[in-house]
Amino acid sequence: MPLPSTMTPIATITLASASATITFSSIPQTYTDLMLASVWGPTAGDDLYLQFNGDTGANYSTTWVGGNGTTATSGRKTSDTGVQPRTPINQPATVTTIYNVDIMNYSNTTTYKTTLGKYRYVAGFAEADVGLWRNTAAITSLTFRCNASTFVAGSMFTLYGIKAA
Amino acid sequence: MASISLKYKSKSGNLTAPGDVDPGAMIPLATVLVGSGGSSYVEFTGISNNYEHLQIRGITNASAGGGSVITMRVGNGSVDSGTNYSWHQIYGYGTAVDVSGNANTSNVGLIISESSVTTSFSGFISDILDYSNTSKYKTIRTLTGIDTNNTSGVIALRSGSWRSTSVIDTIRIIPPSGVLIQNSHFALYGIKRAGA
Repeated sequence: MPLPSTMTPIATITLASASATITFSSIPQTYTDLMLASVWGPTAGDDLYLQFNGDTGANYSTTWVGGNGTTATSGRKTSDTGVQPRTPINQPATVTTIYNVDIMNYSNTTTYKTTLGKYRYVAGFAEADVGLWRNTAAITSLTFRCNASTFVAGSMFTLYGIKAA
Repeated sequence: MASISLKYKSKSGNLTAPGDVDPGAMIPLATVLVGSGGSSYVEFTGISNNYEHLQIRGITNASAGGGSVITMRVGNGSVDSGTNYSWHQIYGYGTAVDVSGNANTSNVGLIISESSVTTSFSGFISDILDYSNTSKYKTIRTLTGIDTNNTSGVIALRSGSWRSTSVIDTIRIIPPSGVLIQNSHFALYGIKRAGA
């Protein structure tokens, strides 16, 4: 019997048409961390929200640091309705924005959940961010959504599970 | 389109033995979950030198020393506590970006920590590059951050160096003071080289 891989693709969503929301549900609880790899574009420069277990309450916060090639900046969003990278400026409506985010120790039921993200779009900004969901529940679903626009067709999202020993 | 047969991903080439198929490039080596009362440090020992890189992923906080940094020492046989390390970082805390570093110091600054916080843990992913090479000093890079909603948040990119050409087979993660708190979780992985 072959051994399972450590980093296992759980599911991939590729949009055939524009959609405001994508959701991974019934996430197995057999991994240590999750990693979401995504390349996408919004139909207009827009806030991005990462939400867990359908929670749309103000239970999230994010701190980011980034740069545009000239200036480094940092920002925070607290008591927010999702983990959020910085609000983009002049973000193109093409499948060129990348957000890869690790969801650490997602299945434990004793700690709030911490995310570590890397975000970049071609208008010229790259960042690293840390997010928090103030809930001790195991994460069983994950929703990724634009605030006011939609993800363009061709946007792709893959969720991986990473096992520990 | 290029393709690779499962047979060529098999260690023996004949796909007959249990566990014969390559499980992938990222191999889980060890896991530590800190129990009640915390731990004064977490250590991985006897690390195989069969991989190209190591990665440690986890969540943690220290019981004391808020706003300071949980550190790492490495070594061969035992950890090196001499002043053979250096580190640098760029970090943001919501209102500004800053940089800092330390040379000729006794550890690599690794993980941003908050004290007296038992629910919002710091996350970190740390890569120890070419750790079994015997001709060059070792480089460590880390993405780490903690957000506690209304009180604070910090995100940092860190680099570190251990000025030794020895193979790393021991890693110790140490709080600035106090202990690494209960429910801290550390997972060590080996990243294979091509053809291994």
